[in-house]
Amino acid sequence: MNHNIVIIGGGIAGMEAAKALLALGHTPILIESKPYLGGHVAKWHKLFPDMSSATELVEKLRKDITAANIFLSTDVISMNRLASGWTLKLSNGIVINASAILVSTGFKLFEASKKEEYGYGVYENVITNSDLEAWFNGESDWRIPQNPKTIGFVHCVGSRDLKACNGQCSKVCCATAIKQAIEIKERFPFAKVYCFYMDLRLFGKKYEDFYVNAQRDYGVQFIRGRVSEVGETIDHRLQVKAEDTLSGKPLKLQLDMLVLMAGIVNNPSIRSISAMSGLETDSDGFLRSSDNEYGVVESGQPGIYFAGACTGPKTVPETVAEARSAALQIHSYIKKLA
Amino acid sequence: MIERFPEGFHPFVIPFLAGMAFVLVVCLAKAAVVFFQLDAGSRRRYLVSLIIPNVIIKNVIDIILDCLLHVKLWKRNRMLGFMHSSIAFGWFMIILLGHIQVLLYFPNRLNTFYYPIFFDYFIEGGNDTLVSKLMDVFLYVILAGIALAIIKRFYSKLFGMKRTARPTLFNMIGLYSLWAIFPLRLLAELCARSGNTDPTLWWAYSIALCTFMCVLPFSRYLHIPAEMLLVTMRNAHIEVTRPGKGMAKVQTDSCPNCGVCIDACPMNADPANLKDSTVYYTRQLRRNNRERIDHIADKCMLCGKCTSVCQVGVDGPKLRILARATRKYNIGADFTTVENLPVLPDAQGKVLYFSGCMTQLTPLIGRSIESVLKKAQVEYEWLDRDGGLCCGRPLHTAGRLKEAQELIHRNEELILSSGATTLLVSCPICYREFKEKYVLPGVNVVHYADYFTQLIENGRLVLKEKSDICYVYHDPCELGRGCGMYETPRKLIAQTAGIAEAPANRAGSICCGGSLGSLSLDFTHREKITRASLENLYQSRADAIATACPLCLATFSRYSDRPVKDLAQIIDEQTKTNNIRQ
Amino acid sequence: MMDFGFKLSKSSTIDLTDVKTDRFEQLCKQEPGARVCIGCGSCSASCPAASLSGMSMRKVLLAMQRGQDVRPMLRNCMLCGKCTMVCPRGLNTRNIILNICRQYD
Repeated sequence: MNHNIVIIGGGIAGMEAAKALLALGHTPILIESKPYLGGHVAKWHKLFPDMSSATELVEKLRKDITAANIFLSTDVISMNRLASGWTLKLSNGIVINASAILVSTGFKLFEASKKEEYGYGVYENVITNSDLEAWFNGESDWRIPQNPKTIGFVHCVGSRDLKACNGQCSKVCCATAIKQAIEIKERFPFAKVYCFYMDLRLFGKKYEDFYVNAQRDYGVQFIRGRVSEVGETIDHRLQVKAEDTLSGKPLKLQLDMLVLMAGIVNNPSIRSISAMSGLETDSDGFLRSSDNEYGVVESGQPGIYFAGACTGPKTVPETVAEARSAALQIHSYIKKLA
Repeated sequence: MIERFPEGFHPFVIPFLAGMAFVLVVCLAKAAVVFFQLDAGSRRRYLVSLIIPNVIIKNVIDIILDCLLHVKLWKRNRMLGFMHSSIAFGWFMIILLGHIQVLLYFPNRLNTFYYPIFFDYFIEGGNDTLVSKLMDVFLYVILAGIALAIIKRFYSKLFGMKRTARPTLFNMIGLYSLWAIFPLRLLAELCARSGNTDPTLWWAYSIALCTFMCVLPFSRYLHIPAEMLLVTMRNAHIEVTRPGKGMAKVQTDSCPNCGVCIDACPMNADPANLKDSTVYYTRQLRRNNRERIDHIADKCMLCGKCTSVCQVGVDGPKLRILARATRKYNIGADFTTVENLPVLPDAQGKVLYFSGCMTQLTPLIGRSIESVLKKAQVEYEWLDRDGGLCCGRPLHTAGRLKEAQELIHRNEELILSSGATTLLVSCPICYREFKEKYVLPGVNVVHYADYFTQLIENGRLVLKEKSDICYVYHDPCELGRGCGMYETPRKLIAQTAGIAEAPANRAGSICCGGSLGSLSLDFTHREKITRASLENLYQSRADAIATACPLCLATFSRYSDRPVKDLAQIIDEQTKTNNIRQ
Repeated sequence: MMDFGFKLSKSSTIDLTDVKTDRFEQLCKQEPGARVCIGCGSCSASCPAASLSGMSMRKVLLAMQRGQDVRPMLRNCMLCGKCTMVCPRGLNTRNIILNICRQYD
């Protein structure tokens, strides 16, 4: 009997899982709501800590999964449980009887304009991490000045912030800020770059080297204090206010450009998926794994698995590892059915 | 019509007379205490007010409308209005007509006090007159009211009330004796008219009256005499100044425990706050339960909605600020010696814009105001662009009145020395403080909604074509109930875009939950309040929410499923850059 | 006084062994949130009284946990509520301040 495997979400988690399932002899069906594969990574410039190209990674994965059935610009509009497996109805009218489902819907970047005090959408020269990546990738952005002399990075925008309705750490922004600070120093070697942080959470392999690199080789300055507000001087220059907690004094800094490290929040599409499938969300708003130590890729419902940032903020290597792990579990699940 | 008993007396009148004497003595004593608690100026003003014909007329009208007819309750819910006014007005009419009856037919018995109350026992055949017939009608009206009161105890929803106040022991005794008085009177009268002069029912009637009057000073029924005093004091413009004394005491005693404020209180979106409504607050004030007083006073958001629905006019926020002001703080703030203030702009003859502290966290408001001022070519300076002194309202509402006053003086000096003639304010919290507490001779304090309306009327601001967006306007507590500004923002929105109304609006607007008024409500306990307020706004089915307060803006933006904008931003978006001067 | 070329002063080391934190513990009974401060400094950065009296909510909470006197910092607090608004941990800073102000005698 032929068992359908549906992967919801064609970011790197869904792509890597599709690749692994193909290698295991299955032909997964990959559903992506956007018109392109690769999710956030497809729009990213370089990956930390080795500075490899994000677009190349996505391109490589895309070539690896051409044998899969891929539906772009397609949403799941209903899910119904059968005696074994599920019936999924897609927005393009196709109905699929699936034996196993992999949810890899990923995350959404926090809407920086919701923190109005940081001035995104208010002041010209305030951009987000994803705006900067797009610019690194060659898109033009009028908000980025020709020759900025002073550039600031604000960590934890919409993460670890109850007022932004997200108390959790987004995990990747500290390293991303360092990566972007280095990249921007490469573009503007004479600019002064400041990172405003609450805690630097650089936990991964070689991340600390990355940090040292930014300090020693690029002269990025780290200021231990969360930016409380962004204002404008009378001559319309950006001015951030923070406390320099290490010297114990309030600090003001005039800038030509400010980058907000928008955090990782749950993808709103999981709300409809959980409503259709009965999957639960955890207290952090992400999908609830059967447990958060040993069963991260398991949903607790037979035949439904998770991979990547739909269960919480993840780095690229973590996402890829989860995708492979989920593929393997789906493989053994299908084998048991057959 | 003849007297049954030449002596005109029976011992059953004694409980009534005793109760009456007791309640009169207690109430007069209480009134005297309140009077002497007023400062000398207020005392004089009060006494003078009692002989000014206009005020006398107003007092009489207000007492009839508020205390007897309960017009405010009628507006709220007809069943509720009928229930209260039937009992109050009916009883008043029975007493009045009873005295008229005695005055007309047995004027020599008027000095007994009890003849009008027990008329049918002492008089035979007294029930044929028009007065007596009228009294019967009012008695049936009262009985209908009491029937409704009994129904209300079980089905308060019929009366437009989701929740009612839980009665105290004395309130229960008062309630049951009140309910007993009128059926007993009816039965006693019917017996007497049929010739039965058995005094048992009259005893019961008299004892019910006595019980009611004896618990009156210790129950919510104290509101009956207190409210009359309140009306006259209010008409003499006596202010709430001292906690638990004078006007504050009269307001507390005037609370009839009707519980209308429970449903009104926005905090009750979270059942944890159910016991912290104004009705329970006045109860704790009367008990002088310090711990609960502090708890309730600190928690309240001071949104003023309880006052807006209160039929008596108990000023819930003010009574709470007074309680806060009695707390002892051993670290006093001092602003007299403050230096390092931001450089004061020279605003001679110009508009001086005061944005306030919170607006620094919602920069779009300040930006929009600046943009509009530029479009209208108004010469202005921004007093606190880079931060400045607080307006003083947060200190004031926290009960730190002396410190607030010091801060206000500093700001007054600053504003006056800038030479500005107009002080433009965007934050309603500041605006209310400026209006109520500041003395700024020669400076016109104006809210931007009024100012921009003027600019549009003068042709200095030219509007674009109406936008397709439909807004629902949320009345910020401090601007609406606080400053009485409801229509100007609505007119501005209606001129520039679509406008819809939420079910609870204007004076009934539900606080966003972000209020600085509350001291003890922490962030996590405000979410339910905000969501309840948003639900009300969503019911308008508008595309976006408009408000005019930086706190409402920040609070709503956090949870709202649709865009939230400040009025200033909407006006800025909808006005032309190249305006044509007339 | 003889000049030894150096001053005898109290050690600048905080000896946590002997630090009395009664006031902080008392505060936490009323406002348990006081314990979750992460010292990010948002409060101090946004504080309009910071430039007036060196007010810093972060420092006040830290100083209380180190048994130090916090009175001078609180002298110019205007209770404006900006610190409450910006605090990422949702501390109810205004009530914390009022509770501290009530403690001293």
